[in-house]
Amino acid sequence: MLAYIIRRVFQSVIVLLVVGLVAFSMFRFVGDPIDNMLGQERTQADIDRLRTELGLDQPFPVQYFKFLQGAVEGNFGVSYRQGRPVSTIIAERAPATLELALVSGFFAITLGIALGVFTAIRRNGIAANTIMTLSLIGVSLPTFLIGILLIYIFSVELDLLPSFGRGDTVQIGGWSTGFLTASGLKALILPSITLGLYQMTLIMRLVRSEMLEVLRADYVRFARARGLAERAINFRHALKNTLVPVITVTGLQLGSIIAFAIITETVFQWPGVGLLFINAIQFVDIPVMAAYLMLISVMFVGINLIVDLLYFAIDPRLRVDGRTA
Amino acid sequence: MSDMTENSATKPPSRLATIWDSDFVWSFRHSPVAIIALLVVMILLLAALFAPWIAPHDPFNPATLNLMNGFTPPGQPNAFTQETFLLGTDDQGRDVFSTILYGLRISLFVGISAVLLAMIIGVVLGLVAAYVGGWTETIIMRVADVQLTFPAILVAMLIFGIAKGITPPEYRNEMAIWVLIVAIALSDWVQFARVVRGAALVEKNKEYVQAARLIGRGPIPIMFRHMLPNVLSPVLVISTISLALAIIAEATLSFLGVGAPPTQPSLGTLIRIGQGYLFSGEWWILLFPSITLLALALSINLLGDWLRDALNPKLR
Repeated sequence: MLAYIIRRVFQSVIVLLVVGLVAFSMFRFVGDPIDNMLGQERTQADIDRLRTELGLDQPFPVQYFKFLQGAVEGNFGVSYRQGRPVSTIIAERAPATLELALVSGFFAITLGIALGVFTAIRRNGIAANTIMTLSLIGVSLPTFLIGILLIYIFSVELDLLPSFGRGDTVQIGGWSTGFLTASGLKALILPSITLGLYQMTLIMRLVRSEMLEVLRADYVRFARARGLAERAINFRHALKNTLVPVITVTGLQLGSIIAFAIITETVFQWPGVGLLFINAIQFVDIPVMAAYLMLISVMFVGINLIVDLLYFAIDPRLRVDGRTA
Repeated sequence: MSDMTENSATKPPSRLATIWDSDFVWSFRHSPVAIIALLVVMILLLAALFAPWIAPHDPFNPATLNLMNGFTPPGQPNAFTQETFLLGTDDQGRDVFSTILYGLRISLFVGISAVLLAMIIGVVLGLVAAYVGGWTETIIMRVADVQLTFPAILVAMLIFGIAKGITPPEYRNEMAIWVLIVAIALSDWVQFARVVRGAALVEKNKEYVQAARLIGRGPIPIMFRHMLPNVLSPVLVISTISLALAIIAEATLSFLGVGAPPTQPSLGTLIRIGQGYLFSGEWWILLFPSITLLALALSINLLGDWLRDALNPKLR
């Protein structure tokens, strides 16, 4: 067990080091940092001074090590475009993305489980079949088209909800939240649905197929024979046993929610980290791209590690030869 | 697969009839969804291929554009020029139907090229990993595993961003389409590599491979002349589904403004342009490219689903 954990953590660290190398190479070799930071009027003295200041005259491994050291301390250099430290910009933008991810994750899990249970119980009902068909179309629709469709219905035609931005936000310490104002909450609705819809259909289909399996099991039949109410059977006995795979899949999907937030944030002009990243690509703002890459990798690798360890804790069969499934 | 139903009747059936009666074609003939999907894909493919001949206007030739034609609603004559456009015009007076045909051309070109490139990379690396084994295999499959933990679209965006940084600004628009193809291909090769490796590991221990090795054939002919044809059937299935994903990925990137440039608009770029007119009531600029993209992605997906079921004997 311990050996497995150590090996897994070791692998994750190697992955992060490689990603760090990629990020650093971007930083170092894509465009000339000096070119990007100094204006047209520069002297050789300026160039030399900045070169020493940035440590660009040192050998590659030393520079890489310094870059990693900076990354661990949260120092990713200065944005070429905004001229401010990348860490400050990201800290400003993070609350918007995290709140969006939180709400859409909540939406995806609650509605996904509810609809999954419903479609499993009323397997042949008209409502359940309609939901299943709609979910197929929902999966084929690209995220940005879902966003545009929602904007068209709720902002253009019905004029109920805002189509862009976060609404009014309240500043609490370093965290700007949209949860405390009416316009902030209203602004959250459409982006959260857009972002969560795919995950919701995924969870729904998973819960449905797991439920169908469990409802055929002997202990459910036995519970029925004991004369328990349908409600108790469905929720107390069946649903509980479907939750293990659901939890792991949901965990793995957390990372994709953050990644797909890039698309949703662009459609709704949501001032989060994803929009920052897209703008960074458009303007070739390498420090921001590198920082985003590092952040998202830490998150993905961390989530994968946790899920793997969870599998290990849940499924004893994995312990025999200690390899990842 | 085509000559499985060899019946011993008096007259040997013609080759065409044999194919017509084969399981594969039989399952196609009895799946209305697959027939409609194939029909839609064929129509869109032909429309893209013959776009210069079908399109009533050349949307990229400024000489044929008339700004007075801007924002003409579909099917109605323009107030100033009295010209009628089937699907209306955009802000610059470009015929929407024509831009969609050309956009479809770019979307399909990028999608198909990206999948072909991903297929070549994935098949070669997968075969090599399975046949050579050892460290080579460990390294290839480790890279694949790591890449698989990141969503493909994110990988494509990063590659696009890096490539954009490397190319000099004056070439960026010209290079964009090629960069896009490479970015999508590099984000998608893992699927092919994993499937091919899995199939090749089984083939590797079969007698024909050992026989080929015994008579002294080198590793490259064995891998590509002998093993490759036997691992291609799952590749076919994945490439169809990959094509739908690649087209959506391309559209998404172009929509986000990190894909096809405005001078060579794909369907995604057209939707990006159309989104700007969502509030001002010019719905046709947005709606028609969206429907085209949806029809394309959905029918390729459905075709892929059918192909997977048809080629998988376990499901019969």
